[in-house]
Amino acid sequence: MTRSFTSASTLDDALTAIADGARPVAGGTDLVVGARQGKAPLPEAIVAIDRIDGLRAIEVVGGGLRLGTLVTHGDIVASEEIRTRYTALADASAIVGSHATRAQGTIGGNVMNASPAMDTGAPLLCFGATAVLRSPSGERSVGLDELWTGPGKTSAKPDELLVALDIPAAAAGTGSSYVRLEYRRQMEIAVVGAAAVVTVDGGRVADTRVAITALTPTIRRVPEAESALDGSDGGAAAIAAGAAAAAAAATPISDVRGSADYRRAMAEVIAARAITAALTRARGETVPIPASPALHGAN
Amino acid sequence: MKVATTLTVNGTAYPVELDPHVSLLKAVREELGLTGSKEGCDDSECGACMMLLDGQPVNACSYLALQAEGRAVTTVEGLAGEDEVGPLQRAFLQQGGVQCGFCTPGMLVSATALLRDNPDPTEEEIRIGLSGNLCRCTGYRGIVAAVREVASGDVPPLGTAPVHADATPPHHAG
Repeated sequence: MTRSFTSASTLDDALTAIADGARPVAGGTDLVVGARQGKAPLPEAIVAIDRIDGLRAIEVVGGGLRLGTLVTHGDIVASEEIRTRYTALADASAIVGSHATRAQGTIGGNVMNASPAMDTGAPLLCFGATAVLRSPSGERSVGLDELWTGPGKTSAKPDELLVALDIPAAAAGTGSSYVRLEYRRQMEIAVVGAAAVVTVDGGRVADTRVAITALTPTIRRVPEAESALDGSDGGAAAIAAGAAAAAAAATPISDVRGSADYRRAMAEVIAARAITAALTRARGETVPIPASPALHGAN
Repeated sequence: MKVATTLTVNGTAYPVELDPHVSLLKAVREELGLTGSKEGCDDSECGACMMLLDGQPVNACSYLALQAEGRAVTTVEGLAGEDEVGPLQRAFLQQGGVQCGFCTPGMLVSATALLRDNPDPTEEEIRIGLSGNLCRCTGYRGIVAAVREVASGDVPPLGTAPVHADATPPHHAG
């Protein structure tokens, strides 16, 4: 049970409190719910970081993007920059939780919660995002594939706070999408999800990134799916080969949301939809945001 | 150990002393006595506890009360005047949008946020905007019709409008 609560007004105050053992809370959408569901008791000491200035900006930096850790899913969905250039991330944030979750929940909390079913994870991984971790002794950047070490586990040290995510520039001719299988429109967690980021150049697929969600202990990219599409015409056969490769990489669990067999079968369907939507966008055609409900009823 | 703080709810400042783990919902209901907001699932699933925090919707069952210090909290009690319900509440009554009533406070708060951001939502947009709120009576038809009525800007005074034919609650509504 929590015995102490402080609200940090500066990043240094927050880092000091975290170094002394406090857990950070921002939107609070995971911490309290997780405690109630028995995942982890509420921490002994909590430091609220939601009032620290300067951590809630979406900035264009050197052609890429820096997302402050306090940027909410609502901020992401409203960002024209993200909708246009990093569309898969807008697809994902648009379907996280409910309108309340998106208003309060932050990208930093989402990433550090390290759920293998998190919606924003696969897009961020495909876009090559790195996590900027700050502690009283300095700052370092790590790729998300190094950050996520298991369900709910990260390689961040106990005294480190995620302060930003850096996303590199996307090449011209790039389209992206995130699609998930869901049973309910809101307050849903991905049964299976997939993101694809595809760059098209002169009718050929120049570069592909595919990542799968809720199918492996951590969200991961699937190189075999990517190479099945690279250099191809992005036609039906290439999409099918990419989707099959994505499904082959799945090692799903059975749980209340679906059996392992069902997840494995649906992985191919969802990956195909994500790749198709990314290609469609790369070719300059429109798929509404979020892509997931727009593609319901698709094959 | 209890922490002294001030919660500002519906424009009134309430000095309170709270344990750090207490949720905003529990504080508002039990310390301030404002019991309009409901505890349904207590797990951010059902939306019965929905409040506005600086104008943004929040599942108050899962938000630490101490985090709300200095922020403007709005509950269903803040949506109406002293003696009179607002147009949205009137529309819920006219359209049969209230059955057992348990989800109603959360529905009203979510609909308020929706209409502020999108004053003229389509039926589909209303359904998406309210899909974080569950009605166990399944009375969504009347709820959606009520929000549409407010969006159309023409909510007649109580007792004068015919209830929408499709919105008649089933006889065994719980």
